[in-house]
Amino acid sequence: MDIKQLQQLQPYLWRFPSKPGEQRGEVLLYGNAPLLISMDDKVLEQIANVASLPGLVDAAITMPDAHWGYGFPIGGVAAFDAEQGGVISAGGVGFDISCGIRCLRSNLNLQDTVSNFSELADRLFKTIPAGVGEEGDIKLNPKQLDEVLQDGAKWAVQHGYGNAAELEYVEEQGRVSSAVPECVSELAKKRQRGEMGTLGSGNHYLEVQVVDQIFDAAAASAFGLHKDQLIVSIHCGSRGLGHQIGTDYLIMLAKAANRLGIHLPNRELACAPIKSLEGQQYIGAMNAAINCALANRQILAHLTRVAFADVFSQVTLETLFDVSHNTCKLETHEINGNSRLLHVHRKGATRAFGPGHSLLPERYRAAGQPVIIGGSMGTGSYILAGCSGNPAFASASHGAGRAMSRRQAKKHWQGRRLIDELAQQGILIRTRSMRGAAEEAPGAYKDVDLVAQATEQAGLARRVAFLRPKICVKG
Amino acid sequence: MSTPDTSYFEHDADIGIIGRGATVEQAFEAAAQAVFAIVTDLDLVQPSTIITIEFEEADLEFALVTWLNQLLGKAREQRLVFSRFHVQHNGDKWRTKALGEKWHAGLERGVEVKGATLTMLSVKQSGPMWEVRCVVDV
Repeated sequence: MDIKQLQQLQPYLWRFPSKPGEQRGEVLLYGNAPLLISMDDKVLEQIANVASLPGLVDAAITMPDAHWGYGFPIGGVAAFDAEQGGVISAGGVGFDISCGIRCLRSNLNLQDTVSNFSELADRLFKTIPAGVGEEGDIKLNPKQLDEVLQDGAKWAVQHGYGNAAELEYVEEQGRVSSAVPECVSELAKKRQRGEMGTLGSGNHYLEVQVVDQIFDAAAASAFGLHKDQLIVSIHCGSRGLGHQIGTDYLIMLAKAANRLGIHLPNRELACAPIKSLEGQQYIGAMNAAINCALANRQILAHLTRVAFADVFSQVTLETLFDVSHNTCKLETHEINGNSRLLHVHRKGATRAFGPGHSLLPERYRAAGQPVIIGGSMGTGSYILAGCSGNPAFASASHGAGRAMSRRQAKKHWQGRRLIDELAQQGILIRTRSMRGAAEEAPGAYKDVDLVAQATEQAGLARRVAFLRPKICVKG
Repeated sequence: MSTPDTSYFEHDADIGIIGRGATVEQAFEAAAQAVFAIVTDLDLVQPSTIITIEFEEADLEFALVTWLNQLLGKAREQRLVFSRFHVQHNGDKWRTKALGEKWHAGLERGVEVKGATLTMLSVKQSGPMWEVRCVVDV
């Protein structure tokens, strides 16, 4: 990205001025110069297009880990007011609706367990269905699947996957209301029947990590973290159901925009007014997919416990937090002194409520919401805490962000050799896809340290702990 | 049967696919080859199972995305992977077939394709050739 096009407002905040005659809202980008320079120009083009959509409130925003996506850029945040003709966009949520991370804290330390890591890696790989073409053991009939779409992680707990107490540490307590299973196509439901409790492929993973560094002792204490502790992070989403909803509604919303006279600078922004029939149908289906993703991660957390218990009989794995980063949520935000109900799209961005927020569990209310920035399988991840006064609709980064395309990565790295090199560094990879491993090479991602630092410096969230990967199950 | 003319273009997070052919139908078939070659090594897939997909769409660009997404949906629903494709097109009516087989241990595990998007979407005729392209989410 050519940052000469931008106006620097603060050390970590930039503005993209509109051109004469250009009708669009404000565009703000969070990050420092190196991160912004490393971004494709398409990020700027996409977020400027988002800023042209009706009913945008305040500004269209990118996070420090932004990169070129489809529809919205990944790392894009935009809020819309239904009362002012605001829109809902399938491209602003993504196909992997409610993709997110479930983080579990263990009672195990690195030094007591490292000799069993190979056995643990094998056990996890055997227990967690991962990769293209893999199905889980849970087969749902149509009635059961509709129950999942209504009740989310609560359904999973009611059927023996985990415990009710941990739902306090899942966004929305594990279930969003306003899910409408009838708005989900039969094909979407059929795709999901064999995919509950599966990880998927691509950038999805299950990692066993060790707390390597603590930045904020008070927040770490609130989150139950200490140095050398083993943590598990599960990154996945709503699987085939969400993918199908995304594709089902993409063209429907593009046609609705055309019919309703919404000028789209690019068809990829496919959207409809929140109050339109199509908008309401998409919201009903999207919320069903959010519940599906919450249930999926709840089941995977349970399967993870089963695998751990086979190796470490006294293990406990408590949910630290479960947070989604591909969503549109109805939230109340203070805008120019007024409290407004907004539909906040976060496409590859994490909600990051600050200290004192009423929706946070009591245990975290003083520290702020746990925010998880997932890094590559060779570098590490961060746990952060939401800040007071977050200026981006309470949003923060979600990952390292790709620095290199998948095709370029495959030319640079060979899967088997990469896995062997990581093993020499003490990181055990288990995957069925050598191609996928090459595409996910650590060198194909941005420097997660820079992203986390920029997130903190920009006032989006503050660093609490750095996690170093030890075992990674990839799809 | 001629070798499908497929290629890819760069995209930060996902993959851009390109299909070319002497007709729009052949270009669509090549685009599907490009998509499923992300999922597995197509040379190893036996075309032993056939499915039919029919739909109506007047807009050529939307037709490409609709077809690719219906293929991906059917593949996941029935746990199939496809390696050969046939497209017929008359006005807004599309009749298509895909041939492949069920997933088994002998197939290469590539990367799951979640869906075809409207990003960088185009269906164009240039001289005697048709070229279709879009970004697919992986």
